[in-house]
Amino acid sequence: MDTNDSLRVASLWHLMHAISQQLSPTTGCSEIELLEADTFDLHIFQSLTGTKLFVVCEPGTQHMEALLKVIYELYTDYVLNNPFYETKIPIRCELFDINLTQAIQKDRVALLGR
Amino acid sequence: MIGVGKIKQYSNILEKPLSKGKQEVSLSAFAFLFSELVQYNQTRVDNIAELGRRLEDAGYAVGARVLELLCHRDKGNRRETRLLGILSFVHSTVWKVLFGKVADSLEKGTEHEDEYMISEKDLLVNKYISIPKDMGTFNCGAFVAGIVRGVLDGAGFPAVVTAHFVPMEGLQRPRTTILIKFAEEVLQREARLG
Repeated sequence: MDTNDSLRVASLWHLMHAISQQLSPTTGCSEIELLEADTFDLHIFQSLTGTKLFVVCEPGTQHMEALLKVIYELYTDYVLNNPFYETKIPIRCELFDINLTQAIQKDRVALLGR
Repeated sequence: MIGVGKIKQYSNILEKPLSKGKQEVSLSAFAFLFSELVQYNQTRVDNIAELGRRLEDAGYAVGARVLELLCHRDKGNRRETRLLGILSFVHSTVWKVLFGKVADSLEKGTEHEDEYMISEKDLLVNKYISIPKDMGTFNCGAFVAGIVRGVLDGAGFPAVVTAHFVPMEGLQRPRTTILIKFAEEVLQREARLG
């Protein structure tokens, strides 16, 4: 998916999220955390500031919430502390990419037990 | 007895002894402040060289003060007169106080007599900063280069100090090298002193 597609999908999701908050059948429910489909799972993490992080993974993958928290930490460290990053543009920070792939590799290794 | 156990009150702030101060500062707080410093200067300059110069000037002010403080606190008001002395002072004491560890290495330049290099695998100020591709060879380590220049100038060793990225095989990110080029008079004085 290229940048434009990601932006389009993300804005779609933002809309769905806002609508779902109003339509929730159970009381006291604030937001969607997990979307399960046939071929994928979509986990969402929302920070206190309203920033949303998504992970699309194979159905039934465990420990995605922990991974999302780790990614959120990486985001605050390497993206927000970067003086050359402007808000609301696609992230192009080298350090963030390197650490992100490392975190996912570590997670994959831990999951597969190798 | 009245007054026993009471802390001595100083009438004048100049009479208070210099405290060691807090040894630790939050890294996130510093990274955030430094990122704001860079952004503030970025909006006020026209080109990248100017940005580097501004960061260096900011570091120069820090360096001058660090020299005074360390001379009083750690060295008992003695000053260095030899080149190697001041270089090892910068390499160990200044680095230890500012970044919590000594610098990775101190080398003498092979091509010129007046060049020395302090290298660091992962400079603290650059820890969270990724330079975008279109900024070319700009290095936020210019701030640290300014600090070193401030210390050397204050100690009587005028020099031109710059920060460079040096790619190394085996390392994912390039190493940062602070290149120190001493002025002619420093070398002449050094030669005279033997």
